[in-house]
Amino acid sequence: MRLPLLALLARGAAHGYELKQDLEQLLGSAYPQPNVGQIYVTLGRLERSGLIEGEDVEQSSRPNKKVYHLTDAGREALRAWYEETADEPRVRDEFFMKLALAPRTGLADQIALINKQRRQYLNTMRQLSKLAAAEDRDNRIAHLLIEGAMLHLQADLDWLERCQEELEELE
Amino acid sequence: MSESTAPVLRAEGLVKTHHGEGAPAHAVRGVDLCVARGEFVAITGPSGAGKSTLLHLLGGLQRPDAGSIWLDGECTDGYGEARWAVERRRRIGIVFQFFNLVSDLSVADNVELPALLAGVPPRKARAEREALLAELGLAGKERSMPGELSGGEQQRVALARALVNHPPLLLADEPAGSLDSKGTREVMRLLSRFHQRGQTILLVTHDARLASAADRVISFFDGRIADDAELDGGPPPRRTGISGVLELKD
Repeated sequence: MRLPLLALLARGAAHGYELKQDLEQLLGSAYPQPNVGQIYVTLGRLERSGLIEGEDVEQSSRPNKKVYHLTDAGREALRAWYEETADEPRVRDEFFMKLALAPRTGLADQIALINKQRRQYLNTMRQLSKLAAAEDRDNRIAHLLIEGAMLHLQADLDWLERCQEELEELE
Repeated sequence: MSESTAPVLRAEGLVKTHHGEGAPAHAVRGVDLCVARGEFVAITGPSGAGKSTLLHLLGGLQRPDAGSIWLDGECTDGYGEARWAVERRRRIGIVFQFFNLVSDLSVADNVELPALLAGVPPRKARAEREALLAELGLAGKERSMPGELSGGEQQRVALARALVNHPPLLLADEPAGSLDSKGTREVMRLLSRFHQRGQTILLVTHDARLASAADRVISFFDGRIADDAELDGGPPPRRTGISGVLELKD
């Protein structure tokens, strides 16, 4: 989440808790509880690497809060982030290696593996559907995120189906 | 068996082979299935797996080569075409991928027709139609002809037609198969809503998003049930599933 935090700081300084709220507002229930601890840790790292600078601001009745702003190096890093395209999702994942190696181990049946994996994907799909139904209709960004997750899962499920078709023919 | 405890639908040993040109196609190869009252079951699988044939057998649109079907505990072995047609008005509502509305009847008439054919008094048929169309967001479209509506709207009319006689069982064959993403979500939302009110639904779809609205998913491969899973929708055991899918990486 380093670069998303930099991006949130592009328009002006903010403190950690504000960034958490910004993320919540942007992604809605699709990202229910941004881990505030993780945000502070990441801000610390960004500061050490010179991409942001923190400034202590006094508060009357509470401890000081640290307000961060982008440095020139930070803005440059953000620009570079927008220059490059993102990596493709990984296909050769852990499940695939399990499936491919199953016959050699004699420890698992490929079709049973596929069925088990499908159940998990379907359950996740169901949770995503519920999330989409519960999310504010007007939060387009949140809906696009959830829909993206669903389409990826759909592709994974289609691929499981292909595996099953091929492997059942061999049986 | 009394009507209230018997499963809405039960099938045993269903077999159906299509004899066309070329080699015979074994569409359904020995299927046992039970759908309890109030269940929402989805059957998924690749195209050509035989899932639509299975649904056609269950709705009496095709006859099995072997096996039997029970509706509310009543064996249908002796049913002929006419009796199945009656059951498709009384006990089974069906929606199809291509809506199958009567193109030269208005929306209102399409919905009221099965009620009138089932002997419902016209005034009551009209009241049912009005309530359903309002519920499905189609108030004001009564006088429209099917061809004037979008695909999503036509499917909603088809859903109203299927439900006008309050059948205990709703069969849906790829109901979002010819709809866009928005229409798919709409169908999904409506099926879920009717299910929450107690409607028993058997849905055939290749779309996992649609299937995930059901609380039980049957995976159909090559004419057979490969897996039959209850979806609990509860949190998966490890830090995978939904948070793993959506979370921003460190």
